[in-house]
Amino acid sequence: MTLRDATPFLRVSGLSKRYGAFTALDGIDLEIGRGEFVCFLGPSGCGKTTLLRLIAGLDRQDSGRIVIGGVDVSTAPPAARDFGIVFQSYALFPNLTVAANVAYGLVNGRMPKAQVTARVAELLALVGLPEQGPKYPVQLSGGQQQRVALARALATSPSLLLLDEPLSALDAKVRTRLRDEIRQLQKRLGITTIMVTHDQEEALAMADRVVVMNRGAIEQVGTPAEIYRNPATAFVADFIGAMTFLDARVGSARQIRVGAVDLVCEDGRGFVPGSPVRLGFRPEEIRVGNVRPTDVNAFQVRVRSLEFLGAFTRARLEPSLDLGGSLVADVSANLHGDLALTEGQYLYVSLPPAALRAFPVAARP
Amino acid sequence: MAESVLGTSSLVVSLPEAALSLPKALPAKRRTVPEAAIGTALIAVLCLFLLLIIALPLGTLLIKSLEAPDGGMAGLSNFRTYFATPTLVDALLNSLTVAGIVVALVVPLAFGYAYALTRTAMPFKALFLALALLPLFAPSLLSGIALTYILGNQGFLRGLLFGHSVYGPIGITLAECLYAFPHALIILVTALGLSDGRLYEAASAMGTSRLRTFVTVTLPGARYGLVSAAFVVFTLVVTDFGIPKVIGGQYPVLATDAYRQVVGQQNFPMGAVVGLLMLVPAVLAFIVDRLIQRRQSSLLSARSVPYEPKPHPVRDRLVLVYAMLVAGVIVGTYGVAVWASFIRYWPYNLGLTLDHYDFAAADSDGWSPYWNSLAMALSVAAIGTMTVFCGAYLIEKLKLFPAGRAFAQLLAMLPLAVPGLVLGLGYVFFFNAPWNPLNVLYGTLALLVINTLAHYYTVAHVTATTALKQIDPEFEAVSASLKVPFWQTFRRVSLPICLPTVLELFVYLFVNAMTTVSAVIFLYGPSTKLAAIAIVHMDEAGTTAAAAAMASVIMATALGARLALALVNRFVIARAQGWRRREATA
Repeated sequence: MTLRDATPFLRVSGLSKRYGAFTALDGIDLEIGRGEFVCFLGPSGCGKTTLLRLIAGLDRQDSGRIVIGGVDVSTAPPAARDFGIVFQSYALFPNLTVAANVAYGLVNGRMPKAQVTARVAELLALVGLPEQGPKYPVQLSGGQQQRVALARALATSPSLLLLDEPLSALDAKVRTRLRDEIRQLQKRLGITTIMVTHDQEEALAMADRVVVMNRGAIEQVGTPAEIYRNPATAFVADFIGAMTFLDARVGSARQIRVGAVDLVCEDGRGFVPGSPVRLGFRPEEIRVGNVRPTDVNAFQVRVRSLEFLGAFTRARLEPSLDLGGSLVADVSANLHGDLALTEGQYLYVSLPPAALRAFPVAARP
Repeated sequence: MAESVLGTSSLVVSLPEAALSLPKALPAKRRTVPEAAIGTALIAVLCLFLLLIIALPLGTLLIKSLEAPDGGMAGLSNFRTYFATPTLVDALLNSLTVAGIVVALVVPLAFGYAYALTRTAMPFKALFLALALLPLFAPSLLSGIALTYILGNQGFLRGLLFGHSVYGPIGITLAECLYAFPHALIILVTALGLSDGRLYEAASAMGTSRLRTFVTVTLPGARYGLVSAAFVVFTLVVTDFGIPKVIGGQYPVLATDAYRQVVGQQNFPMGAVVGLLMLVPAVLAFIVDRLIQRRQSSLLSARSVPYEPKPHPVRDRLVLVYAMLVAGVIVGTYGVAVWASFIRYWPYNLGLTLDHYDFAAADSDGWSPYWNSLAMALSVAAIGTMTVFCGAYLIEKLKLFPAGRAFAQLLAMLPLAVPGLVLGLGYVFFFNAPWNPLNVLYGTLALLVINTLAHYYTVAHVTATTALKQIDPEFEAVSASLKVPFWQTFRRVSLPICLPTVLELFVYLFVNAMTTVSAVIFLYGPSTKLAAIAIVHMDEAGTTAAAAAMASVIMATALGARLALALVNRFVIARAQGWRRREATA
């Protein structure tokens, strides 16, 4: 966030794209600052890749404008927009060596040969593959191939780096490491970067800001902490992390009625008293240990089932009073050990008022 | 695996400080190439070219069939005349009868052979496949010539016909069977090869009998292949000209009728009518094939595993005997024709001689038709490979001018539905018309090259497209981001990757150009007679041994080309394309 300056580096306004009857993107407005790392996050078919391809000029929008670095590139071909791109498939040219792949965009730039060689060596060192130049892509591992693709995309010093699910084809360990490395590299180079991903963990870990998309529209734009803590819509809340939803009705002054229970809720959002809402809270926010019956929003539950998930245990809780549904609570391994939870056990839990969020009923995810 | 080479050292730690600045590598402003304009122009040129070599000749044929002999419009009266003339209708019925019988014989025979090749543990499968494909390397009429030696008036097995003459329906049917066999076999081998081994494992796990497995799993899986093979064989037989010409005797069929109408009687409108009639089964086959392909794709999922036949001594021995019989008949028949070309005077003097290869003794043109054929086939292969591959690239990889690309794709698929003889007729009417400035091409080698290219365009185009589809579609996107125009990517990446396919196209076009008769029979000029046409002439003149000799030379040339391809693939490509292998090359 500190890297953003006043005028946005990239501005997208009113961008729409249809494929036949299917609306891939519907009037997207977005600004990205210089040097920012932004993730487009959403389920498959939400339009995130389409948006990336429109920004790259690989597909043409039906309407709307794209301005990059102060230049309107809405109708410009890809070659006239200054970007490097990395695809999920790496798209490395299999018949060219690693060095020739990295040099691919340089050779065409009428750069002297010695300078090209030096630049390729520099880039390969940058991505941690200094000795791999003479090899062919097929001789490298998936992670190494993705580094080469990154070096190739950076070779021409583009002002914008586009990453289209760059880590999806890698196994979990490599993915985590490369994720950190890409982020560090991006910070040091200060290059404006857009990454498309469907992996919320990846987006939260890497991005300065996350653009959450659904059905061709933007649901929310914000820092990872913002979208996690204050999801603007039920969709975002459900897509980022897990959330339990209960049908509720807004009562008077910070009161919200869930089934037969009145709860204190700090998230009024200007709902008219009496209007139906969906009340959401995250499994890890339910307080399970040391809850007294007199605490705020405390009620009795029965432990219906326990699911051991390693670092934490997921408990399905059946409220003794009718709440219109069961609750899911994540209990850390430590706490679980202290509480010695067993299935069928009765105990008190509470929902901290700050943890409760009310969403309009229509926005059912 | 090689990931561990990097150990835990993250690339950020090893960053040289100098790299961090990442100096602007390129001058800020660069002359941009009008890539889109060039791409669009190339697609437009492709459309025009295909229009000229495929659509316009066919359109002219269509119009010609509606013309009166004096040039005025006659509407459908030519068709009425046709169906009112018993001799013409006889030829139509004859063609349908022969084609029907050939389908009934060849499809089951080829199915058995394909079954042996794909579903049994028979030994020497590659050899048996190669032997069965032999007829593809010779002009169709060679099987006819061979049969005249075997079952003709001087044939050593003519007793098998119990007094019937081989010249006529019997000869045509037998020769067409030989000629059509490999075409049906290729389709059925593909159909039977595309099977899900899991289905067989499931059937076997449930204790299903072999017969029931065959009826419930094998046949349904191959059903589309069988239909497709039947249509292809039917079309081949209806439109083949060489065999009825050589062994048909007085038995008229559509193909010889078309030739007689155009070349003999100069009745162009009636020739056009016959041509259009031949188009009917071909178009039907084309449509059926399209429909089948749409369904076939759903039979196999990504989770399918290939069927691995397990040894079964009795079955394997039975199919081996069967394959030896079929391959024996094919190789034996063609072998007799080759052998006969070296025989002094069949069947009275079986001494060996090279006299029949002195073609000047049989035909005043001597060896020149062979050189014409060679020049024509090499031109078709060279020009065709370039055109087809570049065209397929434009259609498959460029995002520009969608209407143009769709139109070019349609035109490229059209020749598959057009028999050579019909295309040849279209060429006669289009390129020989007084109003056409291109009529200077008539009778030249150039027109023969264009015609042959058009004739075989579709299969080559589909092959090239399939290869290009296997290349990562993002290559062009990456190139665009690196400001590299598409033709550079074509030259540096797509073409090298597809080199094996390109060579395959070259040989495919070469072999077919060497052996084709039907399309070019109308188009050659006095100085551009082709070897396959010389065979027809020499056979007509009664110098059958010379005809067999010329056919043998063609077959040897075509086989030589295929062999050369195998050697190039084995030694040159394998070495030059080290990037396909995972191990590091020294």
